[in-house]
Formats: sequence, C-alpha cells, structure tokens
Amino acid sequence: MPPPQENVEPEAILAVRDLSFYYGEFRGLNKVSLDIAKSKVTAFIGPSGCGKSTLLRTFNRMYDLYPGQRADGQINFHGSNLLDHRQDVNLVRAKIGMVFQKPTPFPMTIYENIAFGVRLYERLSKSDMDARVEWALRKAALWEETGNKLQQSGLSLSGGQQQRLCIARTIAVKPEVVLLDEPTSALDPLSTAKIEELINELKSEYSIAIVTHNMQQAARISDYTAFIYLGELVEFGSTSELFVKPKNQQTEDYITGRFG
Amino acid sequence: MSLYSRRVMTNRIGVGLSMAAMAFGLLALLWILWTLLYNGFAALSWDLFTRDTPAPGSEGGGLRNAIVGSLLIVGFTALVSTPVGILAGIYLAEFGGRSRFAAAARFVTDVMLSAPSIVIGLFVYALAVETVGGFSGWAGSLALSLIAIPVVVRTTENMLVLVPGSLREAAFAVGAPHWQVSLKVTLRAVKAGVLTGILLAIARVAGETAPLLFTALSNQFYSTEMSMPMGNLPVVIFQFAMSPYDNWVNLAWGGALLIALLVLAINVIARVLFRKKSSD
Repeated sequence: MPPPQENVEPEAILAVRDLSFYYGEFRGLNKVSLDIAKSKVTAFIGPSGCGKSTLLRTFNRMYDLYPGQRADGQINFHGSNLLDHRQDVNLVRAKIGMVFQKPTPFPMTIYENIAFGVRLYERLSKSDMDARVEWALRKAALWEETGNKLQQSGLSLSGGQQQRLCIARTIAVKPEVVLLDEPTSALDPLSTAKIEELINELKSEYSIAIVTHNMQQAARISDYTAFIYLGELVEFGSTSELFVKPKNQQTEDYITGRFG
Repeated sequence: MSLYSRRVMTNRIGVGLSMAAMAFGLLALLWILWTLLYNGFAALSWDLFTRDTPAPGSEGGGLRNAIVGSLLIVGFTALVSTPVGILAGIYLAEFGGRSRFAAAARFVTDVMLSAPSIVIGLFVYALAVETVGGFSGWAGSLALSLIAIPVVVRTTENMLVLVPGSLREAAFAVGAPHWQVSLKVTLRAVKAGVLTGILLAIARVAGETAPLLFTALSNQFYSTEMSMPMGNLPVVIFQFAMSPYDNWVNLAWGGALLIALLVLAINVIARVLFRKKSSD
C-alpha cells in the first residue's frame, strides 16, 4: 500500500499563535494563528488596510522602529518566540529577510549593495565575497545583466532590476525566511513575471511569505493562502482549495471580486 | 467699473508693486557688486598674493599673510565643524527623535544660528583668549566653528529627515545595527545635500569679521603659527578700509573682492553639486 502522501502536515518554520497587533490604541490584528510552512510560498491576501502587511512586518520585528506599535502573542521560530523583547532583532532580521513594495537599492554600487549585508555577519576574503556576490546575483537572475557593471550605482538599474537586486541582497545574507511585501506592485508585467519565476525557484531553499494585492498572483505562485479582513484571519488553507472552493462566504466574495 | 475690470486693475497694481520692490532690492545688490568689482579689480595684482600687508606709511604691499591666515583659520574651522556638525545632525534626525534632550539641542542650535556673531566672538575671547593670555589663530577657528556647526547640524538633520522611511527600513531589514544604517545608508543617500550645507557654512564664516576681532586679532607679518595672533582678510579689510593711506584702502578693496569671489565660487560649487546629485 502506498503511503498517504497528501495528508502529511508540512513542517512549520514560523508558528504564529494568537498574534494581536496594536498601533497605539488601534488594534490592527486580532488573535491571528497560522503556520508558515518550510520551503513553501505562503500568500497573504485581503483588501487595503486589512492588516496583511502588518502581519508580515511582525515576522522581522520591523514595527520595533516605531514607538507606539506593539505585538502580543507568539511567533515561534526554532523554538523561541520572536516577539520576546530579549531577542536580538538584528539577528532576527538577518535570518528573516525582507523585500519591500518599492525597490530600495542602497545608495552604493551594485557590488556594495550585496556585500553590505554580508559583511555585517561574516568576515569573507575578497575572493569569497566576489563569489558570494556572484552567487546572489545569479540566484536573483540578475548576473547576466549586471555581472559586467558591478561597480555602477545600484540606482542606475531599472525598476525591475532594482527589485531583483533587493532580492539578491536579501538572500546574500542567507536567511531562512524571505518576506515579500507586495514586491511587484510597482513593476511592469514583464518584470513582475520575472520576479514570480524567481520566487518559484527560490522556494526550494527558502520559506517565503508574500503579501499581494493581486489575487491571480497569489493563485499562481503560492502553496498556501491566508485571507485577512479587518485584522482577522478569515480563512487559511492550501491555495488550490481556497481559490476553488472557499469555506467562508467572505473569502468567496473577495476572490470573486464582490468587494475589496 | 465691473467686478472683472476691478480684479484686473488690482492684479496690475499688485504685480507693479512687487516688481518695484524687486527692482529696488536688485538695484542695491548690483550697486554693491559694481562698486566692489570696480574698486576690487583696480587693486588686483600679483603683489596682492606675494607681498605682506604694508607698515603704516610704506608703499605698495599685498595681502599674502592675510590670505594664508584666512585659509588656515577657515580650514581648521571646516575640519572641526564638519564631523561635529554631521554627527550631531545624525543624532537629532536618527536617534534623538522627540526626546527632551534632542528638543533642547534643537532649540540651542536654532538660537546659535541667529546669535549675533560678535557675541560669539566675545564668548570665545573670555574662554580662549583671556585664559591663555593672548590672541591666537586657534581662538579664531573656535569662534568660527561655533558659528558654522549649527548650520551643518541643521542642514544634516533636515536632509536626513527627507530620506524615505522605506530606505531606512530596507537597511534595517538586512540586519544592520542602527549606527551602520545611519552612517552607511541614510547619510550616504543625502551626502550631496550635507556637503552643500558644509560649503554654505564655510561660505558664511569666510566673511565673518566680528568674531575674529576678539580672537585671531590680526598680524602684520606672515605667520602660520596657529597659537599666535594671525592675519586674516576680514579684519585686514576692516582696519585698512578706514585708514588714511591710499594703498591700504586699495588693499582693502582687493581683499573684499577676494572674499566675495571665494563665497561666490563656493555657492556655485554647492549649487552644481546639489543639482547634479538630486537629479539622479
């Protein structure tokens, strides 16, 4: 008898439990619990302001930069709670990388853009660093275009290239999780396709969580999808199920375009 | 008169008045510039750069000692006020936030920005001239630094606040500690603006006279010894312009032209720099 492969629970890299988030008095997330599966793509969808970006930004403690924002609950990562105030946030961010909505290359050369993050945690020789930069750029499918102009400013690249540079910069640090906050919403369709292709290739080695406005995108690239509405996790499940036969009426209304 | 033609009239009067005001300001400026160029170029010669300021009653002479003195005093001012001003600006923009200390520092900086320079001169006189028993180039640099630092602090802070939050977040997102984010990413993003601020601060202090009167004083002889009284252009202009000797008055015009050209050059460089950087 063949083993029942379909029902094997995926290993969770991040286990979110009863996570609530507050902007001052306003509650942006209410008791969210879900797992981010290892080596899979998990998408967060929902209308603007529903809290999907807020959720993503708790994973790398980005909210720490802003006094007045705080999170309650647990996000377990290798057995320790990321929200614990004793966590070294810099280390957390090196393990859980993030790419933003707008491309944000640093004001330095393409090479330095990538080497900057690596140098923070590793002391590499010149040749090792060269190899790492090339590795990251190849991973991000950018080496063909930039391999011969590494000393040019990162700002000289096109928008789509800049975003791939940001992805290269993120994976160069060798994180375990990559958070993508609407990574293609500022890009043209061609660049978007390239990034999506890239996400598909990266998921074998990294666990990916992506926030997207674009439901087709979520359907195309993700293994799991979470629908968030007004700070609540409405439905969470495998992407194929959630889009084909949603269990919740609100989910169905949203994915069929009846609101949002 | 219809409502419309009244509006047209009001508009004409308004535009007319503002044009007149502008012409008045411009006229004064051009007049100053013309007088300066006319008298200054007449005084321009090689002697200006190769000979020292003449003794009373002697012929000719130049401004070599004053030019070198000014360059030294202003040079050391730039050397001191650049790091201090930039670091303080980074503190205010990136770390201080709305803390009380930062608010106090901002307030003091603003007061210093508008403090009369003669007050700063007197302060340094009491602090670094009376106590050591003599005027010195160092005291001059100190006084000018006190004027330049607030300018650098404020421009640095103002530039840094303009850095989009997304860039700062991106730098934090690779796991960089705050000081590296500030020094290597955000400061670098606004380096043209900060550099412009430094240049404008130098331009501002290059022509300051009052603080140097009490501190560097002046020196009739060529000297590069910063712990001694030191010749400098503004004070020489001040002394020579009111003297009864024709060659002294002439030299004062020459010095005034040199300072004006220096300040003009710095301003042009600052503008070109800023425009070039902000366009890419």
